Amino acid sequence: MSEMATNKPATQDRRRPGTFRAALKRDLLLAFRNRRDLVNPLVFFLMVATLFPLGVSPEPTFLAELAPGLVWVAALLATLLSMDSLFRADYEDGTLEQALLSPQPLILVVLARVTAHWVMTGLPLTLMAPLLGLMLFLPSEGMPGLMLSLLLGTPTLSLIGAIGAALTVGLRKGGMLISLLVLPLYIPVLIFGSGAVQAAVTGLPLAGYLALLGAMLALGLVLAPLAIAAALRISVSG
Amino acid sequence: MAEALLKVEKLFCERDDRILFDGLSFEVHAGEVLQIEGQNGSGKTTLLRILSGLSRNFEGDIAWRGEPLDEAMQDFRASLLYFGHQPGVKATLTPEENLNWYAALHPDIDVDGIADALSRVGLAGYEDVPCHNLSAGQHRRVSLARLYLSRAPLWILDEPFTAIDKKGVAEKEQLILNHAARGGAVVLTTHHELTLAGLRRINLDDRAGTS
Amino acid sequence: MAEKKWMPRWFYQLASPRWCYGITGKLLPIFAPLALALLLGGTVWALLFAPADYQQGNSFRIIYIHVPSAILAQSCYMLMAIAGAIGLIWKMKVADMVAKSCAPIGASMALLALATGAIWGKPTWGSWWVWDARLTSMLILLFLYFGIMALHAAIEDATTAAQSTAVLALVGLVNIPIIKYSVEWWNTLHQPATFKLTERPAMPAEMWVPLLVMVLGFYCFFAVTLMLRLRHEILGRERRSGWVRELVEQR
Repeated sequence: MSEMATNKPATQDRRRPGTFRAALKRDLLLAFRNRRDLVNPLVFFLMVATLFPLGVSPEPTFLAELAPGLVWVAALLATLLSMDSLFRADYEDGTLEQALLSPQPLILVVLARVTAHWVMTGLPLTLMAPLLGLMLFLPSEGMPGLMLSLLLGTPTLSLIGAIGAALTVGLRKGGMLISLLVLPLYIPVLIFGSGAVQAAVTGLPLAGYLALLGAMLALGLVLAPLAIAAALRISVSG
Repeated sequence: MAEALLKVEKLFCERDDRILFDGLSFEVHAGEVLQIEGQNGSGKTTLLRILSGLSRNFEGDIAWRGEPLDEAMQDFRASLLYFGHQPGVKATLTPEENLNWYAALHPDIDVDGIADALSRVGLAGYEDVPCHNLSAGQHRRVSLARLYLSRAPLWILDEPFTAIDKKGVAEKEQLILNHAARGGAVVLTTHHELTLAGLRRINLDDRAGTS
Repeated sequence: MAEKKWMPRWFYQLASPRWCYGITGKLLPIFAPLALALLLGGTVWALLFAPADYQQGNSFRIIYIHVPSAILAQSCYMLMAIAGAIGLIWKMKVADMVAKSCAPIGASMALLALATGAIWGKPTWGSWWVWDARLTSMLILLFLYFGIMALHAAIEDATTAAQSTAVLALVGLVNIPIIKYSVEWWNTLHQPATFKLTERPAMPAEMWVPLLVMVLGFYCFFAVTLMLRLRHEILGRERRSGWVRELVEQR
């Protein structure tokens, strides 16, 4: 038998990036090539925030009181909206199958995908949040809390949402279903996220909230990729 | 005879309340080319997906080099090249970027061979063209370029010749023969009449249960 | 298989749908009258003999339904997630069926707990719904059940559906303590409810003994419904196997 049947990995090429980096690079490149889609969650974010003054009341003190929760709910919905397409394109063109069949750990590929998703949605949402804060008369003391809580909270939203996306990737009617699966799981992040903003507005210390958001992120980083990988294998298997 | 690469025992699979195959047993040895035959809907693709480890909805045992597939997964995946129903090519990426990504997933692939592999499937000059500007046949050829790159001993190919011209088919047939001659094994489905020497066939039409 | 030898024998027997169908058939005649007796006895005791609450009067008696259903809604989720995990790891069909049968029962229990909570809330708080920590947690638990049932319904293939919902149930199981903690914390921050339906200082024995009877009764009732659903599920999935056909022909 020739070298065919011995499948030792070839001597590691120094120029070759690791799986995570290669997958992240590819996902970011894909997102960049489809950059017109990237604006959609941001526009949605803005629109949801516009609905509240129109639907409830434009009165500044009233809005200022609601603002922490409103911005967080809008960010949560915008993330959710972008979730359905997370694995769908890969599933349809067969690249997901190839990723599942790779000898490289699937959790790295999955983690890269979620990271790319966060860079393309969670991060811009965080950067845009002060604008919504202004529109909703959030006192300026609340801004750091808003940014920090979103910075720590949106990656968790991406991780949890990816579980829902992975579970529904094989289904034609994924969109609505994802919301049903994922929204209840988003509640703790929402509570501590908007709690952090409220604390910032009233001048209370933020550290506790941020620590809790950070703890949830750490837990999500460890456990969610396992669940996502398992869910993808199940979905593709069906 | 040497130990079988892939050994399938008493495979049973049903989809949508229909038994696709029941009691299906066979072996795939190094140096063999095995064609899975059957009518449309007879479960050819399903069988290939089961053999590749993608689909787990079956009963029966599959062994890779004598070990149960579940336990030998890591080694098995490193030894497998799977060409699926969908070619696994990202339309927004160029052929070269697609193959680079595949190489990242399979560390034994030599990235320096990518340009050569693309020219062998007739895509020289298209390296930097996004795949959505390519035809369906060219898409599949991007994916088939992996056959020139991979060092995996086991190839599982689902309809590799669809949308490929005659000359291309002849080349791929030769490639498959060479692969078998070098000690590799190929399991494939195709609607083309294959003229390969030493081809073994399994027909799924008479494998279905009586239900 | 060799690597699984350490598991006790009953574990494999459980894995056989046929054996499961048989054993549940024998257990049902024990549990059904037990559930009936406990529930009837407990209800009569709770409504007629247990003393009225000195603050809330007779309206507190609804806890004899509310508390058992709330407890059961939670244990049912645990059972569902554990059964799902067993199904995932050991590919045990019966475990999948148990998990599937659990979801609607758990959801109805959560719904019952919410409804009784609301009915109790009207005379006590003056409104049908109050964002009390326990009620809110129960509502979220109900949402988790809805998600699981929706996912199960959306996937056609039974095996895939079972595995997917098992993953979701496990994710939910990890999340439940976090949700509970966050909701409780959120509740104390906003408006601590003056009355709590369940947390009461030192309940006298005449009050909690019937409650215990009701909880046991609910568990027995749960066992009965679970077994009935499971048997239904087994027959449905195994309808083409020999033993089910024999069973049908005997009738």
